[in-house]
Amino acid sequence: MNAPERSLKRVARAASGPHGAGARRPFVDGVEKVTGTARYTADLPADQALVGKILRSPYAHAELLEVDISEALALPGVHAVITGDACDMPYGVIPIAQNEYPLARGRVRYCGDPIAAVAAVDEATADAALARIRLRVKELPAYFKAADSRQPDAILLHENKPGNIERQVHNEFGDVEAGFAEADLVREHTFECAEVHHAMMEPNAALATWDAERGHLTLHSVTQVPYYVHLTLARCLRMDPAHIRVIKPFVGGGFGHRTEALNFEVICALLARAACATVRLLQTREECFLAHRGRPEQQTRIRIGLKRDGRITACQAEVVQRGGAYGGYGLVTILYAGALLNGLYDIPAVKYDGYRVYTNTPACGAMRGHGTVNARYAFESLLDMMAGELGLDPIEVRRRNLLKAPTETINGLKIMSYGLPECLDWVEQASGWRERRGQLGKGRGLGVACSHFVSGSAKPVHWSGEPHAVILLKLDFDGGVTILTGASDIGQGSSTIITQVVAEILGVDYSRLRIIANDSAITPKDNGSYSSRVTFMVGNAAARAAENLRALLITAAAKRLQVREDEVEWLGESAVVASDPAREVAFTDVVEEALVATGTLTVKGTFTCPEEFQGGKHRGGAVGSTMGFSYAAQAVEVSVDPDLGTIKVEKVWAAIDCGFAINPMSVEGQVQGAVWMGMGQAISEETVYEDGRHQVANLLDYRVPTMAESPEIDVHIVESIDPNGPFGAKEASEGPLSGFMSALAAAVEEATGARLTRLPMTPDRVFEALHPKSRPAREGAAGGNR
Amino acid sequence: MKSVLRITVNGRAREDAVAANALLLDYLRDGLGLTGTKQGCDGGECGACTVLVDGRPRLACCTLAHSVADGTVETIEGLAHNGRLSRLQRAFHEHLGTQCGYCTPGMIMAAEGLLRTEPRPDRDTIRTALAGNLCRCTGYVKILDSVEAAVQAGEEAA
Repeated sequence: MNAPERSLKRVARAASGPHGAGARRPFVDGVEKVTGTARYTADLPADQALVGKILRSPYAHAELLEVDISEALALPGVHAVITGDACDMPYGVIPIAQNEYPLARGRVRYCGDPIAAVAAVDEATADAALARIRLRVKELPAYFKAADSRQPDAILLHENKPGNIERQVHNEFGDVEAGFAEADLVREHTFECAEVHHAMMEPNAALATWDAERGHLTLHSVTQVPYYVHLTLARCLRMDPAHIRVIKPFVGGGFGHRTEALNFEVICALLARAACATVRLLQTREECFLAHRGRPEQQTRIRIGLKRDGRITACQAEVVQRGGAYGGYGLVTILYAGALLNGLYDIPAVKYDGYRVYTNTPACGAMRGHGTVNARYAFESLLDMMAGELGLDPIEVRRRNLLKAPTETINGLKIMSYGLPECLDWVEQASGWRERRGQLGKGRGLGVACSHFVSGSAKPVHWSGEPHAVILLKLDFDGGVTILTGASDIGQGSSTIITQVVAEILGVDYSRLRIIANDSAITPKDNGSYSSRVTFMVGNAAARAAENLRALLITAAAKRLQVREDEVEWLGESAVVASDPAREVAFTDVVEEALVATGTLTVKGTFTCPEEFQGGKHRGGAVGSTMGFSYAAQAVEVSVDPDLGTIKVEKVWAAIDCGFAINPMSVEGQVQGAVWMGMGQAISEETVYEDGRHQVANLLDYRVPTMAESPEIDVHIVESIDPNGPFGAKEASEGPLSGFMSALAAAVEEATGARLTRLPMTPDRVFEALHPKSRPAREGAAGGNR
Repeated sequence: MKSVLRITVNGRAREDAVAANALLLDYLRDGLGLTGTKQGCDGGECGACTVLVDGRPRLACCTLAHSVADGTVETIEGLAHNGRLSRLQRAFHEHLGTQCGYCTPGMIMAAEGLLRTEPRPDRDTIRTALAGNLCRCTGYVKILDSVEAAVQAGEEAA
């Protein structure tokens, strides 16, 4: 076994009952949300703010010869007009791939690329100003498909990237050739996934105030990672970061869209500085689609070797991702797709070739299940098809390939807890798999798949040597405990989880606890809400902070009780002498004692992922590394109308190994949301570009499932108690997503006999798969080819 | 051009000078500071701006303020009584019918409209009635649970 050399100290679970870790608590900020008092960025008072607006490129690819703003500037009521001249520092989330300007300089690379921006007294004036900006351009050949960008005669989107390849990845772990030679069955297939978008409910918005007297900037924005925004503002505005304050109000979802600093945030700040004023920049829904950063269109050619008994001998995958116009998170996405072929099953040999390609479409980025989803769809689908060919049960074939924790994968990922077997057991039983599969009648089917995801990337983007997470607690004369965190609650409930962790360890009443998240002037830096890191990393930091505070309080209680510290039993709202519980001191009296001669208490808790968890030593080996993988299995039941080609998802049973459910209700909500988002990608969601123009940049044509077509999703929680997670907890909100597509494909195959290898499975594609003779079959709809 | 709009908002009779082309959404948010009503799309796509006009759900982003003159408008801010949550608000809070919260005001107002005409809807009726309200966080399951819990709470209180 490859157990780690040192295991982090596990926090003992206090017996303080239902109010701490493990309790089904409503969200700490739920009242604000249901009463409409929660203020999102667009809700902040902005009576005196100027209105910001962005002029976007109507060209997919062009040289910008001239941007004439003179007429716009002359318009009464216009306070500032800025172009690419306002910022000559390229930015991007990955320090080695920064090639985007907030406003285009010299070239536009997609329809929607920001060119200029105005700040004016009102919306009508801002619109009028935009209409007065004159462009002179030289159009260039534009490429909307990865294959077109890769043609040898294609011009380069970025001069330093030959072949328009942003990043290629080639690695092999184990002996793949020998693995395939040893297999009884080797199959290869290509799977196509359309590009999808986060479609978080709150449109993008920013509010920037420039303090001209001091040269300071304050920005409110919808970000998942205020710290990235902070760094990006300092870079692009060439400011001392100490002169910048970034505040995240309530945020209406993210799903990865808001992990990177986005152009509108920088533009809003540039406008505020140029106008020496407060500027509010509200983005339309269409502009959100153009800012994009969604999951890329991806082609996955995958080959698996199986023994007759279902054991996997080798896997080989080639992935091509259409990355869009700028680097963004691209190199991480293409690495994830390969890295997490590992870590779900025991596979002795894996070869991966990945290509991230620049195209003249909005830049892709991180989206829930970052990089892993489309590869998982391909892998699980092919495994399922091969199980059918060998006459093996799809659940059994997965059982033959289970890992055993603790272990380390061939690409250096550590697996410390592994509840997948229990997930499969529950799904099998709950869905009635044994009795019902194959017995549901014509047009109905049942499919299964597994998936996993990291609980936080073990190596942060900026490797500064700081801890991975920091939490501060403030205890003052009033007996209230304020939790200060930089972790962004974007609706996933991170503030609630952090509060529950602190409540569990301090044992105090909830009414004493309040949490402030997040304001760079007040809260400690946090690496951000991405890669499902917050519960694991910030939860651990919160546990340590609470332990540190409790230790101070126990010292004070001992003093008051006139006993030794080890004689004190801490009860949360009071402390007693363990041997004589009648001798009790109330929490408020303990606080009074603790504050003597020191005043307000502030304590800190930190968490650091040890280096041995930070991935293999190969290039890109940090991507995919984590201290704890979540595991999920799900069964999907469908009915298919063969005449209309419509798929109805009747029911989903999803089991999650989240280590330990700090809030089981929240875990259920995360799993349901993840499975459902997977369903959207599987049945209806896809971006469409025509000559580079977004054709579905609204919530009617981009088909997010409504309540009417959304199924019941039963959730079962498996608690494998991870040795390093807070109380054993791991992530719950990304892993369950990526199993849906292949489970659905399997169910549709049982219902109709056709295996769909292209997403989304829209009615036209289903119909064509079912009626291959009546119309020429489209690519990817491999009807009846079992 | 502005003209006087007579309207009752959350039980309060008002007379405001409102532009002829002002949307109800903008009147509520910018004019009255009732920012609980959200804009989630570029017009009529998502349901986040749902309010009640004369007791029935209406998209405030597709409604001219003057078109509801002399009517009564109810927003999410008007649901709580004496600072205590309404049964739908409580149910959404306690059953996690809200995650990020952005669709929540519109969702709750649409559900409120439903329960006033259909006090005991079954799950499929709720699904149909709220199908115009998008949520991107919950997968809708806990929203359905919340509405059912509110119905249940109403029956127990009756």
